[in-house]
Amino acid sequence: MAQHTIQMTVNGEPAVAAVPSQMTLMECLRERLGLTGTKCGCAAGECGACTVILDGEPVNSCMVLAVECEGASVRTVEGLSRSGKLDPLQAAMITAGGVQCGFCTPGVLMTARALLDRNPHPTDAEISEALVGNLCRCTGYLPILEAVRSAATAS
Amino acid sequence: MSAKKASPAPLASPIGASPPRIDAHEKVTGAVQYTDDIPFGPRLLFARIKRSPHPHARIVKIDASRARALPGVVAVVTGEDYPGYIGLYLQDRHIFCRDRVRYVGDPVAGVAAISETIAENALELIDVKYEVLPAVFDPEQGAKADAPLLHPKLEDYVVAPFIFPQNGTNISNHFKIRKGDPSEVWGICAAIVERKYTIPHIQHVPIEPHVAVALVEDSGKVTLWASSQSPFAQRNLIAKTLGISQSDLRVVAPAVGGGFGSKAGVSMEALAVAIALKTPGRPVKLRLTREEEFHTAFVRQGLIAYFKMGCAADGRLLAMENRYLWDGGAYTEYGVNVTRAAGYSSSGPYEVPNVHADSLCVYTNHPVGGPMRGFGMPEMHVGLEQCIDDLALQIGMDPVEFRRLNCLKTGSTLVTGSKMHPIGLPECIDQAAKAIGWGSKAAPSSPRKRRGKGIALMWKAPAMPPNAGSSAWVRLNEDATLTVGIGGQELGQGTFTVMAQMAAAALGVPMEWVRIATPLDTEYSPYEWQTVASRLTWSMGNAVVNAARDARGKILKVVAEAWNEAPEDLDIVNGNVISYKTEESLPMKDLVVYGLPRPDGKGWTGGPIVGDGNFMPTYVTGLDKETGQGERAVVHYTTGAQAVEVEVDLDTGRVTVLRGVAAFDVGRAINPGLVRGQMEGGFVQGLSTALFESLQLQEGVLQNPSFVDYRIATTADAPEQVEAIMVEVPQDDGPWGARGIGEHPMVPTIPAIANAIYDAVGIRLSSPPYSSEKVYLAMLEAGLVD
Repeated sequence: MAQHTIQMTVNGEPAVAAVPSQMTLMECLRERLGLTGTKCGCAAGECGACTVILDGEPVNSCMVLAVECEGASVRTVEGLSRSGKLDPLQAAMITAGGVQCGFCTPGVLMTARALLDRNPHPTDAEISEALVGNLCRCTGYLPILEAVRSAATAS
Repeated sequence: MSAKKASPAPLASPIGASPPRIDAHEKVTGAVQYTDDIPFGPRLLFARIKRSPHPHARIVKIDASRARALPGVVAVVTGEDYPGYIGLYLQDRHIFCRDRVRYVGDPVAGVAAISETIAENALELIDVKYEVLPAVFDPEQGAKADAPLLHPKLEDYVVAPFIFPQNGTNISNHFKIRKGDPSEVWGICAAIVERKYTIPHIQHVPIEPHVAVALVEDSGKVTLWASSQSPFAQRNLIAKTLGISQSDLRVVAPAVGGGFGSKAGVSMEALAVAIALKTPGRPVKLRLTREEEFHTAFVRQGLIAYFKMGCAADGRLLAMENRYLWDGGAYTEYGVNVTRAAGYSSSGPYEVPNVHADSLCVYTNHPVGGPMRGFGMPEMHVGLEQCIDDLALQIGMDPVEFRRLNCLKTGSTLVTGSKMHPIGLPECIDQAAKAIGWGSKAAPSSPRKRRGKGIALMWKAPAMPPNAGSSAWVRLNEDATLTVGIGGQELGQGTFTVMAQMAAAALGVPMEWVRIATPLDTEYSPYEWQTVASRLTWSMGNAVVNAARDARGKILKVVAEAWNEAPEDLDIVNGNVISYKTEESLPMKDLVVYGLPRPDGKGWTGGPIVGDGNFMPTYVTGLDKETGQGERAVVHYTTGAQAVEVEVDLDTGRVTVLRGVAAFDVGRAINPGLVRGQMEGGFVQGLSTALFESLQLQEGVLQNPSFVDYRIATTADAPEQVEAIMVEVPQDDGPWGARGIGEHPMVPTIPAIANAIYDAVGIRLSSPPYSSEKVYLAMLEAGLVD
């Protein structure tokens, strides 16, 4: 099996990984770089649990090959808080009760972060539309939507 | 004595407050470890499962020689290796199939290899010769005398004493209610409703698929790491099947990414252990794919339900005759108790003098039915609560008034003959109706849409063996923080936070001082039956309170001795031991590990403080096999009402749920914020099952095992608001009066929406989901659209 050495910037730091051709970005993050905050819920791009920000865009990392990420900048849930200080979205998710089992939470946070990065004051409809690909079975979405709304208002 | 004068200014009690959940920080940072996140090193093997392509067949021969020869394959396991049976209430399955397969997906062989890909490739090299047998795909067909027999050895299976298999048939449990005689009163009923409802199979859809890792040491000791609601039940059942001691099987249960019942009991975890027994010294990881998750983990069984109910002219319910045929699937080891729960709850939350009910669990060649949030109640209430609506409308009574009249009140006689404990259901009805604006109708958002409102009630008891127990310990640390040991799992419902609140309140310390010992580990955690049945707040809560009180008693005894006082004059407030007599005060950290000097200066008293406690209900009685009557069938019932407002699009049939109201009698809300989380989340899960969800099984083959084809609710489907109303009529043996609320919020949602659809456009649908297509075609048939 052909191995490739790829270099990326992950959460602001350089990262190097040896990956086989068919390895996904999700697998590379979890198995090569030890960043297990990114979750696998379906491995088919349907649930959003593995969402990361790739060069500014939210992507299902199970649908991206690691070798495609040579030179790319990747942000994962582990890179959201800075120096121990939570991102306003993380804080809002706690306050609003947007976290239950927590398995969809990293993907939700990364999708919402990407939304607020490009649109700091989204409408309710824009928030809902942005998160439509992040499945959550616990919360019923209402507190998640509320968290994004309040984080946007606070920033 | 180093004591200071007391200045007790007690902190506000954590009971009834809504502190943020204690596991939230590690979850928003990605730090929390789920099972698949644990590193096992380069010796880790990966397992895949060879599954039956047939719904029902005899295994003629399995040849795994080609698979065993594939480089990278370490072990291949089949049913030949494990003759034992396994199951929670009825031991009716093998770990791997032996003589026959009973559903498409039944495990036939397991492969352990150095990679998941090699293990998957090896499956193709296992040759299985089958002799296809006639199959059963419908519980009504399956219950007939001439149906193909799926479990010819039913009479030999080990079964719990309250489950009644019918030997020589496919009926693995028949629960009967014979209370009064409906046939004597049909003639005097002013209105009678008779209907049939068919409820499809659905799946729990936790976002984290099942995963298990097993390691067998040379000594024979087995460790299982699993995404599990039930580490102790898994330890017990797997150990018994393998013939090893429970002490030699350790189950570690890290964070769980959603369970809803699917990770209770034992399912794929036993496969991982069975494979690992053939690879000693090397851990084996088995992960279900999403496709496998949809049909080889537990599913919610299908139901065919017949209702007949009648009332007098004044609206009083006089009789019910209900028959529930559960599509239990290939194995009903857990599902038999869903049948029982539906039986002893068969009347719904109403007082009915004459009830005949039959609840039958029927083997079919469908995926394995098991526990899912609501445990039979959501399925049963779908038809029941629509019939109640119909009955009210037939006699010209408002459906809310009708329910108010007939619903259970404190002291009502239940369908099992026992008496209803104090209950706030009438208030739930009133509050839900008021909050939804019952009786008024807003204008639709467009002329081609119609609005409607609907209401439904529910009841549900914890379904469990009568003596399911809990235990807990409380260990004090040097700085007087405390570590609380529990065996019940955090599934997202917030139980770790609620247990911390209770431990703090019972001991008398700030909640911030409490840590929960994680991950759950049968080697170190105290026994807990299972995290199911919405029983933890009540049962495990009692154990935690008892453990905290035990620690408290030990602390006060030490201080009493050191101060020459009576323990009754002492208290713990804000983490200080105080004397009401002398107003002395001592920080707990000064004594909880190192003890205190004796008052005479000669030696010491006390030592490291550890409290323990347990709880087990002792008062549940059996029910008569022929009548279902008995003194006390269950520990308690949680009851409630939901009301919804919907809009139906005449052009597309699309149903939009605009808002919902959930009012439940929770006894006491220990953490109202978390209770609201259950009420909102349960409502949307119920909405999702009402509008979208159905496992499409054709000749036993699942047609839609993906999120594209099996749609669950997304942000786009969430209503604008779910109002959460907490009615608090205390539970006599609940901590601070609390009873469970985890499952209940999705129980009445389907019928509430169905009743609202009827209110909007006047159509009744017998089978959810109420998809746009189904609603549109029904409107077409009714002549509402052309």
